[in-house]
Amino acid sequence: MIVLVLGIFGAVAFVIPHPIVKSIDETMRNDVLRIITAFSLVLGVGSIIQHHLIKIRRKAEHWPFSYIALISLAVSAAIGLFGGIDPASPGILPTHIGGFSFHMQALYDNIMIPLASTMFALLAFFMASAAYRAFRARNLEATLLLIAAFILMLGAVPLGRMLIRPLPDFAEWILTVPNTAAKRGIMFGIGLGSIATSLKIILGIERGWLGGGG
Amino acid sequence: MTLSLSLIFLLSSLSPPTDVIARDKPNDSGGAILLTWTRSSDTTVVSYRVLRQTEGKATWDTVGLAGRLANRFTDDEVQDGIRYRYQILTVSETETAESAPSEYTVCSPQWFNFDRMPAVIGTIIFTCLIVFFIGRAKRNIKLFIRRIAGLDAVEEALGRATEMGRGILYVPGLSSIDDVATIASMNILGEVAKKTAKFGTPLIVPLRDPIVYTVAREVVKESYTAAGRADAFNQDMVFYVTDQQFAFAAAVDGIMVREKPATNFFIGMFWAESLILAETGATTGAIQIAGTDAVSQLPFFITACDYTLIGEELYAASAYLSREPLLLGAIKGQDYSKLLILVLIVVSTILALTANLPVQNIF
Repeated sequence: MIVLVLGIFGAVAFVIPHPIVKSIDETMRNDVLRIITAFSLVLGVGSIIQHHLIKIRRKAEHWPFSYIALISLAVSAAIGLFGGIDPASPGILPTHIGGFSFHMQALYDNIMIPLASTMFALLAFFMASAAYRAFRARNLEATLLLIAAFILMLGAVPLGRMLIRPLPDFAEWILTVPNTAAKRGIMFGIGLGSIATSLKIILGIERGWLGGGG
Repeated sequence: MTLSLSLIFLLSSLSPPTDVIARDKPNDSGGAILLTWTRSSDTTVVSYRVLRQTEGKATWDTVGLAGRLANRFTDDEVQDGIRYRYQILTVSETETAESAPSEYTVCSPQWFNFDRMPAVIGTIIFTCLIVFFIGRAKRNIKLFIRRIAGLDAVEEALGRATEMGRGILYVPGLSSIDDVATIASMNILGEVAKKTAKFGTPLIVPLRDPIVYTVAREVVKESYTAAGRADAFNQDMVFYVTDQQFAFAAAVDGIMVREKPATNFFIGMFWAESLILAETGATTGAIQIAGTDAVSQLPFFITACDYTLIGEELYAASAYLSREPLLLGAIKGQDYSKLLILVLIVVSTILALTANLPVQNIF
């Protein structure tokens, strides 16, 4: 019943711009969702702790790393809760030793961002290996993909224009016409699929996401 | 002084804009007035300045500037229920010219956004089609659904994992629960969990969003209960990792390399980490089934995974796997809606093309 009412309300709010409806909609989307997230975050942190404690207890493969995960969690939580976000808003815990600062913003800038950038940079290597796999012309589709990619790559560099003058325009055409047509076809399906899934949930036909049968 | 001002006025050759109309901006939540005018015919116009006067006050305030080609302006710094009127000032390099003031107008919020009427009509037609086909499914009329290779492979992938004595990794995307792709993924997770419960295959579900974590845990728990294997459910099967995108990708990569699951499911919403996950999974030799509605990530999954559910197949998956007649009816409705859209596109294209052809001369 809650899903039915809130689902219909969400759909109604899409077509009613009146501030009364909008404010309720925004409250539901922002405030209520934020409160639920805060509560579920507690469960999430509980899950991390439980998961790593089990690994330590069972001496699972690479279990010492679980100690690092738990210690990192505790230290960053302590700094975040009691050490303040940055020097401009200090907490009750000192977060610097001489010129070395380890407040939350410093941890984020000097640990999280470089680590995330490193993972992101791996994408370049994975792209190369995926491209190698995709471009092996095993069948007609892969061959077409190879040809299209070759034209696009060659069309994007000055050498392409030097070799065949209309190549960049042809590459642009591939990108804007057949590629966009295929993308739009997929988008239509996605749009209708989204509405159908929402309807099934609102009407209570689909209950799998609640843990019930379909 | 008066004489000099009169002389300036007489010498001014700049023509002001005409037909200045102020009206409540339609289809909005109030607090906005829409102004339209007929542009000055003068070629020396540089811009237009919009002036506003509140009823009962003598002063005119400048509320905005518009380019020389503009003929409309929205004043969204007004209050509902207060009457305002406007003047447009034509500005050239050397002089200005004022239009006649508009009528007083007042803005108010609307109860219906008529701009969204086509979406409403489309949704109503779509809903009717779905309800019609659900009705047919209820009457046990057999509905044909085309084969989806990626979903047919689920059973095979689970069987392989069971034979090899290895686990199954299920990543339901990185988005939150308000994303339809995540909900669709939860539906598929339910079906996959029923099968892993039946075969006794270990299931690993790492999660990025805390709300999705709580939902996924309940889905898996209920599926194990529905399969009659509530005792086999382990709290540690479904666990929260982190909400940081690349930290999550690193954690899942680590799980794939260490645990070497026989099958990896990447189903839901993914961003840049899609290829990092799928390529790492490919190096471990696992069967990989991916599904996403993120169009930009589809090529990566198609390249690196054995099977990929493209766009709408993701939403159809739970019906396909469960073979629930009511859910299949909804898919049928979806298919007919697509057919309707296709027909509309073809007809519109023909009309658009013939509109520019001299066919009128034939008759």
